[in-house]
Formats: sequence, structure tokens, C-alpha cells
Amino acid sequence: MSEVLRLEAPFSEAAARSLEVGQRVLLSGVIYGARDQAHRRFIDALERGEELPLDLRGQVIYYVGPTPVPPGRACGSAGPTTGGRMDRYTPQLIAYGVRGLIGKGKRSPEVVAALKEHGAVYLAATGGAGALLGRRIREMRLVAYPDLGPEAVYRIVVEDFPATVAIDSRGQNLYELGPARYRKA
Amino acid sequence: MRELNVELVTAQVARLCQEANFDLPPDVEAALQEVGKREESPTGRRILGELCENARLARSDRIPLCQDTGLVLVFVEIGQEVRVTGGSLSEAVNRGVAKGYTEGYLRKSVVADPLRRVNTGDNTPAVIYYDIVPGDAFRLTVMPKGFGSENCTALGMLKPADGLEGVKRFIIEAVDRAGPNPCPPVVVGVGIGGTADKALLLAKRALLRPLGSRHADPFIAGLEGELEEQVNALGYGPGGLGGRMTALAVHIETFPTHIAGLPVAVSLNCHALRHKTWVWEGEKSE
Repeated sequence: MSEVLRLEAPFSEAAARSLEVGQRVLLSGVIYGARDQAHRRFIDALERGEELPLDLRGQVIYYVGPTPVPPGRACGSAGPTTGGRMDRYTPQLIAYGVRGLIGKGKRSPEVVAALKEHGAVYLAATGGAGALLGRRIREMRLVAYPDLGPEAVYRIVVEDFPATVAIDSRGQNLYELGPARYRKA
Repeated sequence: MRELNVELVTAQVARLCQEANFDLPPDVEAALQEVGKREESPTGRRILGELCENARLARSDRIPLCQDTGLVLVFVEIGQEVRVTGGSLSEAVNRGVAKGYTEGYLRKSVVADPLRRVNTGDNTPAVIYYDIVPGDAFRLTVMPKGFGSENCTALGMLKPADGLEGVKRFIIEAVDRAGPNPCPPVVVGVGIGGTADKALLLAKRALLRPLGSRHADPFIAGLEGELEEQVNALGYGPGGLGGRMTALAVHIETFPTHIAGLPVAVSLNCHALRHKTWVWEGEKSE
């Protein structure tokens, strides 16, 4: 599992289902940055039977609230935020068609079940490595909810963005398997 | 008596906000390198390597270590022989936060009201603590606190009968419950005693002690070492993906308490333990 897999985003259900827990990936392509309040608005829209401001079916959502971009740069600091805060919204978004999630930290059993049922994956990026991860972002453009400031939705072009498959589409969970290997009594 | 004009405070707070976010303190960086040598998990070692590289990039590029540039805690110690002039000190501190966060391209993460959640736009207000101390110096520490770790804070109003064992169990359970979420390797700040609010503040202040230091009381120092071992037996490791190094340190502060109580508070900080201090001992004036 030490081989690093180069993965293009967005990716298909078949590609998602082929990823295994613990696999290191370098992700390149287009992903969408969205966090707490954007998720809430997505779900509100879905529950009202409305279209989302952008089509997220088959796409990858990155839980990120980046810092403002300094002049002359593509991106500031842009590491992952805690995925668990999105747990109450995620199963619905997976059912809607979101294919991948990038964040950090543990997820609820409901999220794991949704990943299994619909063939989606949860990738972990290193929390607190925002300066390093921001360098792997080539382009960032605000695409929805500008009033939310750092919580707005961004279209993000990444190149060789490092992540690890934390929960695969079979429900194998590195946040359980990893610590279990090193836990003493 | 020395006179300190608040305009100087504003400028210094602005500077400290930026430095804290760009420049990981040397003791924290050294601790990350040190645990990298002791980590058994290959994934853990890789993550620690990323964190050291992240610290170098943040410093050289002046890009925040973490995109969560925090809610700013400010600890002020005012010598009782210092006279603060030129306006409100708290307003001056907040002007400094706004200036630092705006000019430094730091994220504005503060909402004006916890329920209605509209962003204040300049990361103010800070949470400010004032202490009046003897002497004629002025000391100010800026600590941007990220909420991945802040959300893992725990408070227990234990019974005196719960004793030392109960306190240890409470602390370990708090770190265990937090698991990967506060971005391990964490620093565990513990406050024991006082009232509920005092215990929480002690836990926060404990985070500011230099890494590698021990409590002056050998009994408490021993407890810190014991808890470090227990926390590092939990198996979370860097990033919570499995490993030995779940904590860089456990720091404990205590305070006298009531005969009926045993408050214990746990405040976790991510590996990016950001803080910067300014000490003013300006010109003497009559």
C-alpha cells in the first residue's frame, strides 16, 4: 500500500469502488470546496426540491475554508476541516450523487453506510498542513454563496494533492483500523 | 509610573497575529521533529514530515500554517505601575486584530452572534483576559485558537471521592473521545481545581507553557509524565490515522478548590500551537 496512486478528479463510481482504505493518492483535477453553512444550504435546497447552485453529482467535495489569497498567488492556506461536522448533511449529498469527500477526522456510521451504498469515498488530507496543501492548488474560484465569506463554495483545481483513503466504499475505516493497530490495552 | 499609549498596543497586536499564524514557535517545531524520531507508524512519520515541511513553508512564504487562523485569545498582564493612555485598551487590541487579519490575508472566522452567524468581517472581537500584576511592565500574548481542537474541550465537575484516579480517567477519556479530530499530535492542557470557569482557564493557560517544561510541583510533574504515556497508548498517532505519538505533551495547572468539588477541564490544542508574546518595558516617565 506504499505505492502512491495518481487519481484524476472527478472520478467514476467504478474508480471510487476500486480505492482501498490506506491507499495514498495524489489527486489532480477539479474539486469543490464547501463546509458547514454551504452544506446546510445544499440540503435546504434539496429538501425544497430545488436545483443546487452547481451540479455536484459525480464530484468531489473538499471540506475547506481557505484563507484569503495574497496577491501573486493561486491560493493561501487551504487544509481540510473536520469532516464530522458535516455528518448530518453528508448521507443526503452522497445519495444525491456526490462521489468523493476530502476532510479530516472521523465520520458517523450513517456516512459510512452511505459511502458503501452509493460507491463513494472519504479521503483524509493532513489537518494543519494548510500552507503545504495550498501550494497544490493551482486555481480557486468562488462559484456560490459569496455572502458566506470563508464558507462560500469554491471551484478548486488541484495538482498532486496528497491524501489517503480513510473510508473506502466497502466501509473499511482507517480511523478505526489505524489506531487499533497501535492501541495498547 | 510608565505610560503606554494604546496605539503601540494596536501595532504590536497586529504584528503578533501575523507572526503567530506564520511562524510556529521553535519549541513546537522541535517537538514535532523529536516525535518524528520516535513514531513507529510509517504513515505517522510521513504526516510529521509534512507538518515540519508545512512549518518551513509557512514561515518562508508568510502563508498561515493552517487555514483556520482561529479566534484570537489575548492574555494581557498589566504591571500596576503602568498607565495606559490614548483610549480604550480593549478597543486598541481589537483594532490590532482587525489590522493583522486584514493586512495579513488571514481568514476571518468570527461570527457576530452564535445563533444568527453573520461574519464580523475582520476576525474581531478577540477574547481578552487581563491580569493586574506587580511592577511596571506590560506583557501581551496572542494565541489564535483553531476550533477543530477547541470543539474537543471537556469539563468535568467530579466528586472529591473520584480522586486522582477519576481525574486521570476523565482526562484520558476526553483525549480518546476527541480521537483524530483535534489534529494530533496534540498538546493537552489540563486545569484542576477552582470553579468550573477557573478550571477551563487554567487548562487554556497550561497550553502556553513551553513544551518540554514540567510543573514545578514534583507530584503534578509526575502526573504529567504518566498521562503522556497513557495518552500515547491510545493509538491515534499523527493525523489520527494510527501511531504512537498522539500527544506532544500534557501540561497541568492547578488551583485551590471547594471542599465539595473537584473540577477538571481539558483543553486540546492541535500540533500547530500558535502563540506570540510581546513584552513592553518602555521609557520611564514621572
